[in-house]
Amino acid sequence: MKAGTNLEKVLESGAFAVTAEIGPPKGTAARVVQRKGETLKPYVDAVNVTNNQTAIVRMCSLASCVILKQLGLDPVMQIVCRDRNRIAIQSDILGAVALGIGNILCLSGDHQKLGNQPDAKGVFDLDSIQLIQVVKKLRDEKKLICGEEISGEAPLFIGAAENPYADPFEYRVVRLLKKVKAGADFIQTQAIYDVSKFAQWMELVRDKGLDQQVHILAGVIPTRSAGMARYMRDYVAGVYVPDELVTRMEVARDAKEEGVKICLEIIEQIKEIPGVHGVHIMAVGWEDIVPAIAERAGLLPRPIG
Amino acid sequence: MITGKQKPLEEIQRLIEPYRKVLILGCGTCVTIRYCGGEKEVATLASALRLSEGMRNNPRTFIEYTIKRQCEQEFLDEITDKVKKVDAVLSLACGVGVQALAEQFPLAIALPGINTTFIGRPEELGVLSERCLACGDCVIGLTGGICPITRCAKSLFNGPCGGSVNGKCEISPDIPCAWQLIYDRMAKLNLLDKLVEIQPLRNWSSSHSGGPRRIAREDLKLPGTG
Ligand code: SF4
Ligand code: SF4
Repeated sequence: MKAGTNLEKVLESGAFAVTAEIGPPKGTAARVVQRKGETLKPYVDAVNVTNNQTAIVRMCSLASCVILKQLGLDPVMQIVCRDRNRIAIQSDILGAVALGIGNILCLSGDHQKLGNQPDAKGVFDLDSIQLIQVVKKLRDEKKLICGEEISGEAPLFIGAAENPYADPFEYRVVRLLKKVKAGADFIQTQAIYDVSKFAQWMELVRDKGLDQQVHILAGVIPTRSAGMARYMRDYVAGVYVPDELVTRMEVARDAKEEGVKICLEIIEQIKEIPGVHGVHIMAVGWEDIVPAIAERAGLLPRPIG
Repeated sequence: MITGKQKPLEEIQRLIEPYRKVLILGCGTCVTIRYCGGEKEVATLASALRLSEGMRNNPRTFIEYTIKRQCEQEFLDEITDKVKKVDAVLSLACGVGVQALAEQFPLAIALPGINTTFIGRPEELGVLSERCLACGDCVIGLTGGICPITRCAKSLFNGPCGGSVNGKCEISPDIPCAWQLIYDRMAKLNLLDKLVEIQPLRNWSSSHSGGPRRIAREDLKLPGTG
């Protein structure tokens, strides 16, 4: 075991893992995070906490992770390269370990222009692959990236993201390979709506033997309304929502139920794809639906491990 | 080449507000070629400013002049007398030119008339785009001659982020994804295997992050100086 987190135990046991995502509030109330955590706790193995996702300022990931940890959840702290340089990032990781956080997800981060602080200066001292290298060095060598030793251990389970729908398609698998070489232990993908394209990507992943070296969790986002489906199709960078799916949402009498059904169908199909080790349910802002999805998809009881 | 954009007229008017006699000084090199700060632009700006002064009694006086290069002393020497006779110099050179002016004439008011924007090239007629951030340690030998620091909105070194779709960058449909460009070019050159290597953390100390930079070339120094 590298970190001994619940997520690592579940994945290493070979079981199909279930993770979810919490978006912290644009505010100071710990109880908002607590409420979301309490809702999710019996249904997931670990929960990601976003880090100013879409470049919108929110309560910090580290604080939110600690709140969840206190409730007994296994948090995955997301770190983006947009807002902090290597000095701040390494210091945050040391602090996170001190507070009992064991999973870290390394991301580039949505560009600041897309959020509510478009006037901000972007940092991007590192990219996500270099960030993985930083975390691995802290864990395996107990050293900062400059080579100096740290005191204590940094047992961390290292995650990264990949988007099978972004371009160039063939290079996406090479990037995954780079992430694995850099030290990623698990991968959570961007939301999957077009399962056949994901299956095609997984085939390339298996051809390179990457499914044997890293745990891949397929991302899903339940759509709550036709408007949301359209918005994601038209405006969310890197998300691909097929037109048929938007139409299904538009004609549905009960859009929420239709969104859940679509999500369940997708989970059903991705469970069958060789090399997929779990599902990552990103219902940010609709965390309450995760229990129903986990239950109806036959993913319970949780947490296991 | 250095590219700039003229400041809005209202901003220029605010800048020159306290001064009666203003020298509008063009530069004959980069900004002339980029149509933002040469002789022609000096003339156009001067007439626009004169026009706005027309209504007042006691209007400001504008003097027009353009020198070959505002960033070099030998060309600035030429305007010593002109500078003495005005209250302020509104420079249409890049930021370097304006600063050179201030350094050369310690008592002159040096005002910028353009916003120095980037180092770039004309992509097509009327469209200029950024190419180099002068990072001090050029990496484009690894990326097919396309700069990931400048042309990728996140300066990524190891391939495209998840927002790269249909060749466009996540920040705007008008901006090509640098990594798509790099990938396509490396594919044409049969060099895709080069993009498998991990580029480790970058040493940014060669860039502006290391503080203002200076190059001292012994071979170019005058004997007996330095
Ligand atoms: S790598 Fe540096 S020097 Fe080379 S083009 Fe890019 S910014 Fe300019
Ligand atoms: S879309 Fe391409 S150019 Fe834009 S930030 Fe991502 S990798 Fe860089």
